[in-house]
Amino acid sequence: MNILIFAEHNQGKPNKTAKELASYARALAGEGGTVTALGFGLQSPEDLYAYGVNQVLNVDDARFDSFNAKAYALALQQAVEKTGADVVLAGQTADGQYVGPLLAGLLGAAYVTQVVSLPENSKPLALKRKSFSNKAIATVQIDTEKAVLNLAKNSYGLHENPVGGSVENFAPQVDDAVFDDIRSVRVEKATGKVPLADAEIIVSAGRGLKGPENWGMIEELADVLGAATACSKPVADMGWRPHTEHVGQTGKQVAPNLYIAIGISGAIQHLAGVNSSKNILVINIDPEAPFFKAADYGVVGDAFEVVPKLIEKLKAFKAEH
Amino acid sequence: MLSVVPDTTSKINFTDDNTRFDKAGIQFVMNPHDEFGLTKAMQIKESTGAELHVVHVGPQAFEPVMRKVLAIGADKAFRIDMEPADSYTTAVQLAAFLKDKDYDLIIAGKESLDYNGNAVHGLVAAMTGLRFVNAVMGLDFEGDKVLVTREIEGGKETLETRLPLLIGGQKGLVKEEELRIPNMRGIMMARKKPLEVIPPVEATQAVEFLRFEKPPVKSAVKLVDKDNLDELIDLLHNEAKVI
Ligand SMILES: Cc1cc2nc3c(=O)[nH]c(=O)nc-3n(C[C@H](O)[C@H](O)[C@H](O)COP(=O)(O)OP(=O)(O)OC[C@H]3O[C@@H](n4cnc5c(N)ncnc54)[C@H](O)[C@@H]3O)c2cc1C
Repeated sequence: MNILIFAEHNQGKPNKTAKELASYARALAGEGGTVTALGFGLQSPEDLYAYGVNQVLNVDDARFDSFNAKAYALALQQAVEKTGADVVLAGQTADGQYVGPLLAGLLGAAYVTQVVSLPENSKPLALKRKSFSNKAIATVQIDTEKAVLNLAKNSYGLHENPVGGSVENFAPQVDDAVFDDIRSVRVEKATGKVPLADAEIIVSAGRGLKGPENWGMIEELADVLGAATACSKPVADMGWRPHTEHVGQTGKQVAPNLYIAIGISGAIQHLAGVNSSKNILVINIDPEAPFFKAADYGVVGDAFEVVPKLIEKLKAFKAEH
Repeated sequence: MLSVVPDTTSKINFTDDNTRFDKAGIQFVMNPHDEFGLTKAMQIKESTGAELHVVHVGPQAFEPVMRKVLAIGADKAFRIDMEPADSYTTAVQLAAFLKDKDYDLIIAGKESLDYNGNAVHGLVAAMTGLRFVNAVMGLDFEGDKVLVTREIEGGKETLETRLPLLIGGQKGLVKEEELRIPNMRGIMMARKKPLEVIPPVEATQAVEFLRFEKPPVKSAVKLVDKDNLDELIDLLHNEAKVI
């Protein structure tokens, strides 16, 4: 099978999502299958060869510098024509989720999101995806010739598989009008913080923290761990924290290696957004808090006592390791 | 474009040898992401006098949710009479519906909280060629320009575009406390508002749901005493290998 991936990057370096897509694509392509990555201003293609990408198509055209979903979808469509790809992979990111359905529509291909497994069957393609906000896993069969898949974050993991790759300049034909139709005028990002999307560890806190003035220790704990910060819905609704931190069924879906929930009760809607995390640590004063049922590790105690102590212990641990 | 989904507290079960979602005992509600879009649409209607329509692909059983939308203030509802089978066939219906209409603004939710496809509105955009922005958390008009704020990784991006426009809306589009619920007068008026049933167009599924399973259950939590956090660090380091 031939696979095309939409490879996102940070300042030219393929991000973790791109590497996970490459890992998955390599396994899906099988012996003799080609994995091609399409990047826009990608600078270190070798970072993708390490995960099994044979060929990088790089678009070096200033019009594509800022993301434009329609233009990117057209470029991907042309890359599919060029490579004869059977399957296109995009990531569970803002841009991947935006461009994915547009591309599928252009290709007349099936679009399957939240994919969590390699296919159990390759003709027709049948694979597993999350459904009902993580409360179920569905096996779906794809009845179209081509498919666009959106891989659930952290569901496959990174698997190094070095191959000798090559890079080629790719110049998609896209009218200027497409870029004029929807133009980016401003990007606002929290600086100097670990973004939630790619975080290995997330420190999340809820209403148990009592007020926004108490987030200092949450940020410090995140700092010590190199983690991103998140929060429950009411915390964002009350304006204690920005909406971008809200995780759960109606917020962001996250799946880090470690999710630390502090003063969060573990309501079903909250769990739906976080229960794909590889490990969950819950710190809660109430031994009956429902979150403990979804946790791997738990500490029953007052956050205002436990968190500062944990920070001290972790600092000592980090100093030694 | 409205989606109807199980209430977020629902327990999810399957029937027919785990091949079909079991609707027994499930309360169906308006998709939470769509509530933000509906409220935004109401605000636009109130400030500009625009006409507000709602369209839903689904069975008759979901008409009460459509009546609710009419009671909140929509002027007219359309129900495309079919049980949605996959994102693709649903999108085909909506694209066909839009073909002979000329709406200025079409609002969907960024994701439907049942199958979580995150797909229908983007597919409709591709099929109709409509300008499209996903994960929209802000929408403002400045003369002929439309400024649309979408969520991106770690922040937000403002885009400048024009009508007609299709958006996938989400939280942020309006404030939580602005969300509407129907009042008595609205409910009375909704009874007289038109709810038109449209037969579906021919469409072949792109994806079939073969079967469902529950995610594996977690083993019991390991509790660590709050006065023994060294043990916790040891578990995180040596067992979970996450620090
Ligand atoms: C349609 C719908 C969608 C929703 N979507 C989401 C969503 O996406 N995400 C989400 O998070 N919620 C969502 N909710 C809300 C959800 O139902 C809960 O209300 C919410 O998650 C509770 O937030 P919380 O745990 O921070 O607060 P609470 O439920 O108030 O819990 C606070 C916790 O802190 C503990 N605590 C108190 N003091 C301390 C202390 N000193 N030290 C340690 N622990 C302490 C308490 O024991 C308690 O468990 C949704 C609800 C609905 C109806």
